[in-house]
Amino acid sequence: MNPYLDLFLTFARIGVCTFGGGYAMLPILQREVVDARGWATEDELMDYYAIGQCTPGVIAVNTATFIGYKLHGVRGAICATAGLLVPSLAIITVIAAFIGQFAHLPAVRHAFAGIRIAVCALVLQAVWKMARKGVTDTVTALILLITFAAVAFLGASPVLMIVLAAATGILTGVIRGRRA
Amino acid sequence: MIYLQLFWEFFKTGLFAVGGGLATLPFLKAIAQQYPWFTSNDLLDMIAVSESTPGPIGVNTATYAGFHAAGLPGAVVATCSLVLPSVVIIIFVSRALRRFRDSTLVTRAFYGLRPASAGLVFGAMLEVFVSSLLHTELWNGLGSLIAVLNLPAIALFLLLSVGIQKLPRLHPILFILAGAVCGVLFQF
Repeated sequence: MNPYLDLFLTFARIGVCTFGGGYAMLPILQREVVDARGWATEDELMDYYAIGQCTPGVIAVNTATFIGYKLHGVRGAICATAGLLVPSLAIITVIAAFIGQFAHLPAVRHAFAGIRIAVCALVLQAVWKMARKGVTDTVTALILLITFAAVAFLGASPVLMIVLAAATGILTGVIRGRRA
Repeated sequence: MIYLQLFWEFFKTGLFAVGGGLATLPFLKAIAQQYPWFTSNDLLDMIAVSESTPGPIGVNTATYAGFHAAGLPGAVVATCSLVLPSVVIIIFVSRALRRFRDSTLVTRAFYGLRPASAGLVFGAMLEVFVSSLLHTELWNGLGSLIAVLNLPAIALFLLLSVGIQKLPRLHPILFILAGAVCGVLFQF
């Protein structure tokens, strides 16, 4: 298949499967991009998420752009991003045009309560995978715990935490480099 | 010229909203106050619809707002303007990353970034976890501990978690569908 079309269609499929925003996309990405196609490694995906969270814009879009660019340059970035956008555009336009009260139907509400639970289970599994790869020693374990607590309980800005984590990584490297 | 206004407002939103879809909210609120396109109440509906339809929430909200303002062309203009800044920025970041990938500085930074990334995702999702699995509104002291647990939801969560663990070959969308079916059947 044409590589650009392949990128577009893959990300369109990812877009259709993503319920609940960029974080919920992680398990789908691990499946489609890392396991099924080998377009990026688990490590790279983590890097993209880290950068995607401290650069402007929607995280899901940022990750799609990253992977598209890595594979086929600027044109690849545009194809992957467009693929991710098209399903949303189509679905939301239809909903906005015809069924404004869609979200209030009881059956829809029940279905989405169930979907949210499934998304929780999927995301937990995905984060666990990420944590196992990212946590290699005490320092990285502490970084994970502190970042989680700061964002979840203190309402810290993700941007601030990303900057601090990168600085801690660099500092740890410098200290260890001196000792060695 | 409504398209130009849409372009400009959503371009700004895409450029300055750092930290994902929900970070676009304060910007959308400002747009609601300044333009007659949609009201703050519409915004709540939009979030409900965005959260319950596939696709990134930030993108869905832009599409919805653009459609309300100027029909299908409005939806396309708003969505494209929202993603334009981030596409450009990410392409530049990718270039820089490719060049400095193997430098000690970047390697060390990523050593710290990877665990933080996992912590951030989990931290951001915690609210969804809590609201899906607990009846926080029933909390009034330790005595209410059992009442707070949304037992059917927790049971479904555990069941799906075991399923995901045991059947890693199944596509995630199948578990999402299973969640939807159980939600309708058991009136979650």
